[in-house]
Amino acid sequence: MESEKKESRPRPFEVIEHTADVGIIGYGGDLKEVFENTAIGMFSLITELNAVSKDLEIQVEVEAEDVEGLMVAWLNELIYLFETKGVLFKEFDILELSEEGLRAVARGEELNPIKHEIKTEIKAATYHMLKVESEKERLKSRVIFDV
Amino acid sequence: MLVDGIIFSDESLFATDESSKALEQVANVATLPGIVKASFAMPDIHWGYGFPIGGVAAVREEDGFISPGGVGFDISCGVRLLKTSMIASEIEPDLKSLMHELSRNIPKGLGRKGKISLNQSELEEVLDKGIEWARKRGFASKDETNRIEESGRLAGADPGAVSKRAFDRGASQLGTLGSGNHFLEVQEVTEIFDSASAKAFGIFKGQLMVMIHSGSRGLGHQVCTDYVKVMDGVVKRMGLTLPDRQLASAPIASPEGRNYYGAMAAAANYAMVNRGLLAFWAKESFESTFSATAKEMGIELLYDVSHNLAKFEEHVVDGKQMKLCVHRKGATRAFGPSLLPKDSPYKEIGQPVMIPGDMGRASYVLLGTEESEERAFSSTCHGAGRVMSRTQAKKSIGLDQLRKDLEERGVIVLAGQKSTLAEEAPGAYKDVDRVTLVCEGAGLSRRVAKLRPLGVIKG
Repeated sequence: MESEKKESRPRPFEVIEHTADVGIIGYGGDLKEVFENTAIGMFSLITELNAVSKDLEIQVEVEAEDVEGLMVAWLNELIYLFETKGVLFKEFDILELSEEGLRAVARGEELNPIKHEIKTEIKAATYHMLKVESEKERLKSRVIFDV
Repeated sequence: MLVDGIIFSDESLFATDESSKALEQVANVATLPGIVKASFAMPDIHWGYGFPIGGVAAVREEDGFISPGGVGFDISCGVRLLKTSMIASEIEPDLKSLMHELSRNIPKGLGRKGKISLNQSELEEVLDKGIEWARKRGFASKDETNRIEESGRLAGADPGAVSKRAFDRGASQLGTLGSGNHFLEVQEVTEIFDSASAKAFGIFKGQLMVMIHSGSRGLGHQVCTDYVKVMDGVVKRMGLTLPDRQLASAPIASPEGRNYYGAMAAAANYAMVNRGLLAFWAKESFESTFSATAKEMGIELLYDVSHNLAKFEEHVVDGKQMKLCVHRKGATRAFGPSLLPKDSPYKEIGQPVMIPGDMGRASYVLLGTEESEERAFSSTCHGAGRVMSRTQAKKSIGLDQLRKDLEERGVIVLAGQKSTLAEEAPGAYKDVDRVTLVCEGAGLSRRVAKLRPLGVIKG
């Protein structure tokens, strides 16, 4: 069911398979980069990011009880912003990050049905099989989404 | 494990589950505090998050735990079936224009807003009163109420327990189909298995039907997101260790447990109204296509039932009547006559259960029986059950092959999101014929009728 491809070349993220749903493994040299890449991975499931510009900027602040919970809270906040403000995000700058909170800037473009195709509707990021851990010299996340 | 795990299956269905993580999830659910009898899995079981999809777990009301993951993100995702007095083969020349009219009239897919916009107090009324609100606004008729589970209003709804964020997500999405596996299908009854029950339901061979599969949209998703986080905190505070963090739960009697139930019931009321609105617009589309009234075409609600819900019910366990909170995640309530309310039109025979299959093959109408009460708290399957991941389906089936396949089967498909249509291809699912046959064989429910898709509207 789950296939985590092992490759030597560092990639920002990978899509993992799950029978009903879908997941993302995000990579990064540090924790900020892992959070940024996992979010890019999630939006790549939603739409083709090449067709999205980054003219619009939104500030994001999230809190949680631990770093893995923070990852879920961060992604769920972005899903909430996408659904309520209609913004597709493609670039993220994590400005501050601790185990219990983060402050970031997310950039993207307002959804335009003529220009953007929505590939997948993501209902939520789940805690199922959730991981934020170090692997060799880099850090890695794993998140399963309900789609 | 506090109780056994019991999986209803047959050799060939089980062959695809055996190696899957779904079985581990059945075992995980058996650790839920207060669980009685068993952690059950229906024959359409597949790997979910926390609970398996197709899972049923009942906990004692007085000391059990309630788990948002045991309901799922799409709270009260369910099926509404409309019957007509029309013969499917007779409307074939108009099928294309009907499907286009439906597609135009039914808001679907992401980014599409609903056709009605409600302010905060009206939305609160939807969450509190459910289908009563729709009746007041002329979207539902009086005689429909007792053809909806819980008469279209789940008791205990507490709009105050629903966050502002959930309201934000739900405000513009009421009356939208959504995407993924949600659909509106025009179907033909192709086979009758139980003619007495079919007659009681008003179902006959060749009949034209309309099936709607949708849920509580962003509002329900956000309620689940909010409360999984809340209960994750409860688990931490209580110092519990869970086999899967997504199984986060809290005592039913705790403030967190009570608030979740209130918010979940509110989301369920939203979902029932959502399906009610979609049905109203479907009726409108029939009226404009055929220049006849819904009454003339015999369009009537058969039943509306959800397959993602936790509810307080009374069941007999080891010969003792018990008050339980029954979690059904990807499982459908299948009440036999004795459990149905007195005013139910199905009080004599049992409740209709609608099973959406896949868009190429078939869907089913089943019947809840007295026997199903003895099996898994009057629960049965909810669909065909996935066997292939979405990526796998896209890779191995592909859009072109799917198009050809559906064309050969004579099914018209109108989809908002074409790139992901292959994810829902028939081959990505278990065989619904087999799944429903197992349900019948195991005494979970009885087969009444089989329906074939003629036209499909996808998000």
